[in-house]
Amino acid sequence: MSVNEIQIERSTRASNIAAILGVLLLVAFVSMPWWGERSGQRLLTEFLYTVALAQMWNLLAGYGGLLSVGQQAFVGLGAYVLVALGLHAGINPFLVIPLAGLVAGLIAIPTAAVLFRLRGAYFAVGTWVVAEVFRLLISNSSSWGGGSGLSVTQTVRDIPVWWRDSLTLWCAVALGASATLLVYWLLRSRHGLALTAVRDSEPAASSLGVSVQRIKWFVYIVSAVGCGMVGALIFITKLRVSPEAAFSLDWTTVMLFVVVIGGIGTVEGPIVGTLVYFVLRELLSNYGSWYLIALGLIAILFMLWIPRGIWGLMSARFDLRCFPVQRRLRLDEEAKR
Amino acid sequence: MTAAIDTLLQGLLLGGLYALFATGLALSFGVMRMINIAHGDFAILSAFLAVAVVAGLGLNPFVVMILVVPAMALLGYGLQRLVLNRTLGKDIMPPLLVTFGCSIVIQNLLQEIFSADTRSLDAGSLGTDSLALGGGVAVGVLPLLIMASAVAVLAALQYLFARTRLGRAFRAASDDATTAQLMGIDNKHVYGVAMAIAMAVVALAGFYLALRANVSPSEGPARLIYAFEAVIIGGLGSLWGTLAGGMVLGVAQSVGLRLDPGWGILSGHLAFLAILVLRPNGLFPKTRDR
Amino acid sequence: MSLLSVNNLNAHYGDFQALYGIDFRVEEGETVAVIGANGAGKSTFLRTLSGLISTARDGVIFAGQSIGGELAHRIVGLGLAQVPEGRCLFPSMSVEENLLIGAYSGRPGPWNLQRLYGLFPILKERRNVPATMLSGGQQQMVALGRALMSNPRLLLCDEISLGLAPVMIKDVYAALPGIKAEGTSVVVVEQDTGQAMRVADRLYCFQEGKVALEGAPSQLSREQISLAYFGV
Repeated sequence: MSVNEIQIERSTRASNIAAILGVLLLVAFVSMPWWGERSGQRLLTEFLYTVALAQMWNLLAGYGGLLSVGQQAFVGLGAYVLVALGLHAGINPFLVIPLAGLVAGLIAIPTAAVLFRLRGAYFAVGTWVVAEVFRLLISNSSSWGGGSGLSVTQTVRDIPVWWRDSLTLWCAVALGASATLLVYWLLRSRHGLALTAVRDSEPAASSLGVSVQRIKWFVYIVSAVGCGMVGALIFITKLRVSPEAAFSLDWTTVMLFVVVIGGIGTVEGPIVGTLVYFVLRELLSNYGSWYLIALGLIAILFMLWIPRGIWGLMSARFDLRCFPVQRRLRLDEEAKR
Repeated sequence: MTAAIDTLLQGLLLGGLYALFATGLALSFGVMRMINIAHGDFAILSAFLAVAVVAGLGLNPFVVMILVVPAMALLGYGLQRLVLNRTLGKDIMPPLLVTFGCSIVIQNLLQEIFSADTRSLDAGSLGTDSLALGGGVAVGVLPLLIMASAVAVLAALQYLFARTRLGRAFRAASDDATTAQLMGIDNKHVYGVAMAIAMAVVALAGFYLALRANVSPSEGPARLIYAFEAVIIGGLGSLWGTLAGGMVLGVAQSVGLRLDPGWGILSGHLAFLAILVLRPNGLFPKTRDR
Repeated sequence: MSLLSVNNLNAHYGDFQALYGIDFRVEEGETVAVIGANGAGKSTFLRTLSGLISTARDGVIFAGQSIGGELAHRIVGLGLAQVPEGRCLFPSMSVEENLLIGAYSGRPGPWNLQRLYGLFPILKERRNVPATMLSGGQQQMVALGRALMSNPRLLLCDEISLGLAPVMIKDVYAALPGIKAEGTSVVVVEQDTGQAMRVADRLYCFQEGKVALEGAPSQLSREQISLAYFGV
């Protein structure tokens, strides 16, 4: 049997169906301003930016092996770039979104330089400290609104409501879809194999020539950029920015919950997890703090008994992959003889 | 000049409280290689438990402490054996994620039961008494007591680790869990005991916190961060280093607070980051971070 | 009744089967050697006996009790101790502390620090040195002493000559008669066939997870052993 007779393929039937469905869904989302109503659009916007955040956390933890409980640092940073450029400098808020990503990415560089001196669990708490430092620095300066925050309604005042809502939705679609596709593309490429190797075993990966350091840097900065952009978008919808809200641990709580429930280290997991999160939130909306208690308990139970998450469980059971990232060997009929 | 000495002393004594918080964290990382993200929240939980018992039974806070600390130790043992032991393994994520979940649950549970208001314990005259040191400088009796407790706890733990059968078992389980089994050590039980001790110390810390100031249900994460910073500044693997780390942090915060009310906590964080950049292994490192 | 009786033992690493139907026995007071090439399953066998790898309950019967799959730390308490491959001394502890931790299970018996220092005088001189700073041979003595501190009825020695110079190997094995004199039975896993044959009353040869040969050294020929060892 010669090498020519072995084919390497990626797509599966499920993934082909998913691709078609995906395109259809995207068309539906983008066209929603013309057929959907406001509250539905807001919900979809929130859904999509949550997916984007979750993919960023997933990228760090599921593939980079870097557990961060401090990504809210960059979400908040994005919010304050909106304040600086959108409010103070008068730039169109929707143009601020990519700029927020850029700023977050730049700040991520010295941050990573300091944080990478820590490993494992210590790295995790370190990321939290960084987020706290950002929060306190901003709280202490009155030009950013100090501890009580300020309103950014000014930034969208000149934009008609229909355009405001539609652009917000389109940005959310762009962020959610591109975050997902970025993670998918990364994993399909040889970087993906490298990332999986790093996650599985750092020393082994590095002995094979994989630059562990470079991957960690890359993953950390990309995640920061993503969180920064989403941060700017979130506060365009909320219209009021305060350090408490911008740098709230709740962002991490949601990212963590979504990815753990959905499935760490899979592309589909954050999407499934976000769905579950929104459903749960709807169901428990009348119970105040009990809803967070339930989230925490569910996350604990999942981590103990279903560590691969819902998607991890299902894809193992039914061998489903909507975003195929592995390569499979297919033997030609001839070769089997 | 007196103001400067005063600030310094306050910071040093605050370090005693931070050292108490840090010790439990250092213990659980030293033995089980696990950081309990809910560490601070358990301190707050003990504080609120003490508040509730004092309010309900009208007992002296110190008497209540004698009840709460063992109760929390028992809780720690149970938590480790029933939940946390299942998360231990090569992957660092499960224990972090599970304890993060615990943190969320505890904070919100406390909020539901006690509302978001702050509570405190009445220390009586102990809270306001001070000891004059001469030259116009005085220190509070309570901070001195807390520092004395911290030193006592650290000394006791040092002795435990260095000279007792249990301490050797801790070190063996930490060095090499598989070979420890070949010595007849039941790792699951040993981890449980380590967590029980860590929990007892953190309960004491929470109790002192409530005596010193008001506590709110959502304060746990901040306490965890200070504990963590104290451990890193002091250097991993060194118990007395943890005291040193606590004191450095306390002084940094105290000095920052004196300069500007909003800069107290931030100065602590900045001092931590500075140490991380300049001396990544801490001031008195004994082990390499694995 | 044999002290240790192993019947049709199978053991797996995950999906991979490492041991196939091993039958093995040690009588009270015997020294039994296990030889075989790398990967033959010798260490796996010892790890299974010590409870680090699970197996069927009745696969291992020690002093009349079925201990297959029993928790490792309980097996030590029953009197079965192992000197693990590569010594595995605890790096954070001194020589003396390593010896002391061996007595954790609290089994009564003739072995204590005094006796051990008598057996290995060099260790007494270096009792407060961090154990992993000793030479290979001395570390092996610590590992052996550590296992003896649990006063075992049966001592399992996994490749105690590994990485040692010949003169050191002699010194380590010189301790064996002293151990046997206390009534301890010994299983010695060795890659050095000559050494194994010098100390053993009986020997087993493992090959690819199975017992390929069994018998007393005096009754086995060189050809038989080569055949069993290499399987060619």
